[in-house]
Amino acid sequence: MTSVAGAPGTADSAGSPEPVGERRFSETLHFARRNPKLLIGLGIVLTFLLLGIIGPLFIGHDPNEYVGPQTQPPSGEYWFGTTTFGQDIWAQFVYGLRSTFLIGVFGGGVAFVIGTAVGFVAGYKGGIIDEILNMITNVVLVLPAMVVLIVAIAYLEARGLFVQGLFIGLTSWPWAARAVRSQALSLATRDYVDLARLSGRRTWKIITTEIAPNMSSYLVMSFILLFGGAILIAAGLDFIGLGPAGGVSLGLMLQSASQWSALQLSMWWWFIPPGLGITAIVGSLYILNVGLDEVFNPKLREL
Amino acid sequence: MTLRVNDLKVYYQTLRGDVRALDGVTFDLADGEIMGLAGESGCGKTTLGKSMIRLDSRMRHVGGTIELNGKDVPIADDDAMVPLRYREISLIPQYAMSALNPTRKIGRMVNELLRARGVRPADIADELNRRLELVGLDTDVLNRFPIELSGGMKQRVVMVISTLLDPSLLIADEVTSALDVSTQRAVAESMVEFRDRGYVKSMIFVTHDISLVYQMADTIMVMYAGHIVEKAPAATIINEPKHPYTQMLIGALPEVGSTMVQGRLEGIPGTPPGLLNPPTGCRFKDRCPMAFSKCSEQPPLVEIEPGHWAACWKTG
Amino acid sequence: MLELSQVHKVYKVGAFGGGRLRAVRDVNLTVEPGEVVSLIGESGSGKSTIGKMVLGLTRPSSGRITFEGTDITTIRGHSARKEYYRRVQGVFQDPFSCFNPIFKADRVFEMIHTSYFPRTSDADWRDKVLDALATVRLDPGNVLGKYPHQLSGGQLQRLLIARALLLDIKLLVADEIISMLDASTRIDVLNLLADLKERGLGILFVTHDLSLGNYVSDKSVILRKGAIAEMGPTARVFDNPLHPYSRHLLSCVPQLHRTWAEVDAELKANPPEDVTLPTAPDEESAPLIEVEENHFVGIDQG
Repeated sequence: MTSVAGAPGTADSAGSPEPVGERRFSETLHFARRNPKLLIGLGIVLTFLLLGIIGPLFIGHDPNEYVGPQTQPPSGEYWFGTTTFGQDIWAQFVYGLRSTFLIGVFGGGVAFVIGTAVGFVAGYKGGIIDEILNMITNVVLVLPAMVVLIVAIAYLEARGLFVQGLFIGLTSWPWAARAVRSQALSLATRDYVDLARLSGRRTWKIITTEIAPNMSSYLVMSFILLFGGAILIAAGLDFIGLGPAGGVSLGLMLQSASQWSALQLSMWWWFIPPGLGITAIVGSLYILNVGLDEVFNPKLREL
Repeated sequence: MTLRVNDLKVYYQTLRGDVRALDGVTFDLADGEIMGLAGESGCGKTTLGKSMIRLDSRMRHVGGTIELNGKDVPIADDDAMVPLRYREISLIPQYAMSALNPTRKIGRMVNELLRARGVRPADIADELNRRLELVGLDTDVLNRFPIELSGGMKQRVVMVISTLLDPSLLIADEVTSALDVSTQRAVAESMVEFRDRGYVKSMIFVTHDISLVYQMADTIMVMYAGHIVEKAPAATIINEPKHPYTQMLIGALPEVGSTMVQGRLEGIPGTPPGLLNPPTGCRFKDRCPMAFSKCSEQPPLVEIEPGHWAACWKTG
Repeated sequence: MLELSQVHKVYKVGAFGGGRLRAVRDVNLTVEPGEVVSLIGESGSGKSTIGKMVLGLTRPSSGRITFEGTDITTIRGHSARKEYYRRVQGVFQDPFSCFNPIFKADRVFEMIHTSYFPRTSDADWRDKVLDALATVRLDPGNVLGKYPHQLSGGQLQRLLIARALLLDIKLLVADEIISMLDASTRIDVLNLLADLKERGLGILFVTHDLSLGNYVSDKSVILRKGAIAEMGPTARVFDNPLHPYSRHLLSCVPQLHRTWAEVDAELKANPPEDVTLPTAPDEESAPLIEVEENHFVGIDQG
């Protein structure tokens, strides 16, 4: 007997012509449009993303090229000023944004793919497979990721953006795996999953069509957190000098600013833009995440 | 007369309008009466039980009165209800046993509850122990956590706690539904015992299981789609139901001893009407084989013989 | 057709898997074509676990479950498993949780279509679905194209039975399929099972409700703590219960026309004869004694 208070009779609901899919979507949109956290977070991230995509198109020279007078504060010609060597900091900044987003998408993406795959298989299959995957997850989780990265990247010949992203991805998936596993574990015991098994569906199909759609908001959030995490790790690596050789990134800008004593020389225009850029992107991603949580989780909507 | 409910209307507010869960309910409950309140899901039986103790935020008191021991029960006024709850009217809600806080020992929970009602736990400790023993529990349960008790034990603890201050009226909502048959019998029998000993004066036992309520109730009231369809002594409802809905409902129940080979039972075709825009007249008319033109007017609940009330034009 | 022999299921429990919970203990039973077998038991009796093992959703710890001669615990690989489900299907307790809430309800039919009948054209498939819906007495206009929350529990449960009928099944495992339904629609689903039985289907009917078990089945199996307490033709088990546990259960069932007091008085007036129960030589086995033809009693577990 499911006597849900306030839902007497079934004829009411049977009579409603509105399909649930559409209703869900419009409902989500309704809450999304009214969520300041989501809008602010999304606004900041998109602004930086656009800067990173469009900005470099208007810059006719290599960001590391010595183009102007040395040690100039921001001016009409050089918006963010120049470095001790006369490099255009604005050019470095927009190129740096581009590579920061790339590392976020690539590093976060690798971590997301590995993490969710491991999480889904462990949560769905259970038993010995779960135990093995869990063990691997825990081992990777307790490895001091930064140290591994430093060692691995320091010995690498080619230090490109994608290699860096790959290594970040390979070390940061475990918590995503654990989060996805616990969700999948609870969804895997639902009757409709059993029913899909009885309908002769293969495991991966059950995971992708029965379980994953029911935790889509959760997955989006995991990706955002991994994305932000990858940006931070990359910035850290760049800062200690293990960034992509010959490239440009916000972390590398910080590194050279610190290397050439920008702080001591009061060249604030050198370290503020990259520092603020990283903080703003990661910060607004987290705010965005909280906003998404409120939009997708009906329990938080009322707050 | 312990309880007198007169034309009670309680609606649920939803985005699409009012759901008329309780649409004009009138009945009396005599001193010492155990009334079984039966009906299908969504018929309003749980709403009726809840209305008598606390309206939640979505429920709205639209009309009608409740009188307990001759005094008006101000159900729409939440603050005025506070002194009545637990002392005069007590409710064991559905799933009460899973609502016990898992991190508190039972005894501590009882003490907190009593203090919140201005009662010193020490004054009542003896009575508490006596009643626990009466329902077959060791007084040691007070030192245990809810998780250490079985479903039947928890349900009995909840029962003892909610009747500790000897309320006039106890409303028990599906208290035995989640229990195994043998525990179900024990719990049901202790409820009758509580009434016999005067721990509670009268009781409304809400359930979907008519054969269970027949075992313990003095009277049975059947609800359908927010209305009362029939109320009569338990044996009369089972053996000589007058309302077509009650007849069909009882006819649809298989019991031990009846097999398909001996004769198939039939269900009631169709589904109950939605209560957002309920049909006018008798709400059962669309599923009723005996419906005729008059059924488009709402039949009143009339006493067809002493103590037997029914709302049907064919029985009146 | 279906035969369980010496089936055990032991779960590891406790923080480090140190504890053992014997959910099913030495169960032997058979289901023949056109036979309805009720597995009756209270919570913790292992009845649902047996249903799940027959459906291959969990594995027995030991013992054999054979279906038409093949031991299903040895089925390996996706295609063999799929073939098994072509002939054995299940319907579960909670119809609401059997439907993925974000999809339309008739998707359960479409899954069968794509998995088992990929070559059947959409038009032919539609005819087949309409046929199955007619068998479970559902009006297609009322149920097709709807989302699960727009349908009632009874309608959903019948959709699930219709789904099973789309396959050429021989055995249906019905796990508490009517306990969530309202009294007025319950009986129709039970009667539907009877129609299926007449078509030669074997049904394993798992229930906690003795009156339902009695109404629908040819053979009843009363389970307690994972072991069989009593097993036999339904009429004999209910008219002449032999095991003290079965007698106790029957005396506790609320009946419509007899009160508990009447039942007790009757029992007192004609106390049933004691039956010698088998004793278990160890913790694991649960032998049965055949007291009369096909009517068995099991061990006493206190």
